[in-house]
Amino acid sequence: MKYLERGYLERDELPPFPSEERLKKKAVAYIECPQPIPCSPCYESCPANAIQMNNINDPPKVDYEKCTGCMKCIRVCPGLAIFMLRLRDDGKGEVTLQYEFLPWLKKGDIVKLYNRKGEEIGEGVVNWVLPPERNDNTSLVRVEVDADLIFEVRAVRPAGWER
Amino acid sequence: MVRTEIGRLQEHPIVDFRRGKEVTIYFNGKPIKAFEGETVAAALYAAGVRVFSRSFRWHRPRGFFCAIGKCSACMMEVDGIPNVRTCKVYVRDGMQVRTQSGMPDAEKDMFSILDDVIDKVFPHGSHYSKFTTSKKAREFMVKRMRKFTGFGNPPKAVFSGNADYEEIETDILVVGGGPGGMSAAINAGKYGAKVLLVDENPFLGGQLVKQTHRFFGSAKERAGTRGIRISQILEDELMSIENVEVRKETRVFGIYNGEAGAYQRIDENYGKLLRIKAKKIVVATGAYERTLVFENNDLPGVYGAGGVQTLMNVYGIKPGNMGLIVGSGNVGLILTYQLMQAGVNVAAIVEAMPRIGGYFVHAAKVRRLGVPIYVRHTILKATGKKSVEGAVIARLDDKWQPIPGTEKKIDCDFICVAVGLSPTHELLYQAGCKMKFVPELGGIVPLRSRFNETSVTGLYVAGDVAGIEEATAAIMEGRIAGIHAAVTLGYGGDEAKKELDEAVREIEEFRAGPFGERIVCGLEKCTLESEVML
Repeated sequence: MKYLERGYLERDELPPFPSEERLKKKAVAYIECPQPIPCSPCYESCPANAIQMNNINDPPKVDYEKCTGCMKCIRVCPGLAIFMLRLRDDGKGEVTLQYEFLPWLKKGDIVKLYNRKGEEIGEGVVNWVLPPERNDNTSLVRVEVDADLIFEVRAVRPAGWER
Repeated sequence: MVRTEIGRLQEHPIVDFRRGKEVTIYFNGKPIKAFEGETVAAALYAAGVRVFSRSFRWHRPRGFFCAIGKCSACMMEVDGIPNVRTCKVYVRDGMQVRTQSGMPDAEKDMFSILDDVIDKVFPHGSHYSKFTTSKKAREFMVKRMRKFTGFGNPPKAVFSGNADYEEIETDILVVGGGPGGMSAAINAGKYGAKVLLVDENPFLGGQLVKQTHRFFGSAKERAGTRGIRISQILEDELMSIENVEVRKETRVFGIYNGEAGAYQRIDENYGKLLRIKAKKIVVATGAYERTLVFENNDLPGVYGAGGVQTLMNVYGIKPGNMGLIVGSGNVGLILTYQLMQAGVNVAAIVEAMPRIGGYFVHAAKVRRLGVPIYVRHTILKATGKKSVEGAVIARLDDKWQPIPGTEKKIDCDFICVAVGLSPTHELLYQAGCKMKFVPELGGIVPLRSRFNETSVTGLYVAGDVAGIEEATAAIMEGRIAGIHAAVTLGYGGDEAKKELDEAVREIEEFRAGPFGERIVCGLEKCTLESEVML
């Protein structure tokens, strides 16, 4: 379990990627939650039975064919570990993630993109937001990014943000 | 990004700080603005006060550590009364607060420069042998020495309040209104038992009130819901049960053969001494934070992780600008994220173990925002004169020794120690429970049955006082203790017995994963064989 020494997942530790064909159809839930922890709200919230878990400690596995992209799981995930991914026909990609910082992001905002290690990997545009008040102050933010970045972008901050 | 004003957060992504009326308190004679509902310590912190007291020897500056009334580093004189824990007293207009150690005050203590001399002339314990020949000399010196030690002076104010005495009879007494205690009261109360729940704070929820993050667990245990909301949900449920009585600001000081003694504060001038006769008692007193040994670990600016959470998430006070977190358990990881939500930067997380201690997903969410996590590293020292100005960390070898040459200086203005908790077990000791040191459970814990009954018949435990886990487990334990207590008093019947079995099974399943392994291993060492069968 090397990821526990680093705090982020490397390529070989990630769950299998959904097929390009599936990613092009509609958004799909991609769960980066490899560790057995007693937690199951994603499994319980999934109306399509697309998330498999044998018991509460079992890490969730997504059946990408069953997933309807309804976003019920990403709304409740306490670990902020679920990302909705999609490839658009125009060659762009979309990543939806949970966002809990001020200032709240709005449609049209330019954001900095960060990978799992916290490295800045480019800029994206917010093209949809679930406002925080609609989801107990966890906003959902969808960013438009280059297609090859959908498995890389894991955090966004406003363009002017400095650590 | 997050607006602040006079040290207070004006906005927060999760919490809506509702501050009371503005009042003025006086700190060493200087007026300080505060808001009703804030503790004295919090208000002083917001105003930039970092030195709260001086140590008894050496005159070292001290801040607070825990902010929940357990560390006593924040003791000051309030309205003439010495040794008041300022983190437990709420501000009132015109309140006079003074530091009681240090000359002329704790901030500028002129005796701190004489430390070496004082220690040579008056070594430890010398006050027992010096100045004993003449009564006059002794009286004079005792007065002077009191000033030096910082134990506070005899009260100048004469207590003018009133106190009453009240006897209460109840089926079940629950001590502590955190998740464990509230859950015990709810589950005993819903089957008809008469329950009295007492808590020393003016609010219920225990440490849940600062848990702004969403909880883990199953939907049934309200996973995906924020701790602060769970606190409210439990409180609403508790208040809806008619046969449950709640008394806040009530401190239990002792349990004597099934009776408890308590003091209830009604207002500034009026209180009640309570004698509570209860058939069953559930102790859910929680835990306090552990500290860590390193150079300057008593410097103001070295705080317990929970202390910072209290300051930031309960009172909306910015703890500093750049923090260093020691410990990568869930508390350390969650706190890091919460600090960033409040617009505070975190320089790094330092972990002595070769891997991250908390849930990976918590680590991942701060890592991707650029917070480095150094495993196999420890803090060597905090630097700074009157408060933290930085820290030095170093890598550890396989024998947990710092490797010379790997030291790294970290710029930070506060350090959060998140290295674990210890059960607040004093009341159990006093009540005569058999206790045992179980490192897996965080320290000294009571022996207990599968239903959380201790070796003292009718005395139950729930939550962190029974062993350090987290709030979801505390709620489950409270449920077990509450139902068992009610059932053994004849309430609930078969339905309750069935729920009890289910509750035991659920907590076993909850602890079945790798994170529960340690707990299960610890529980094996302290489970009583003779179980009360139903």
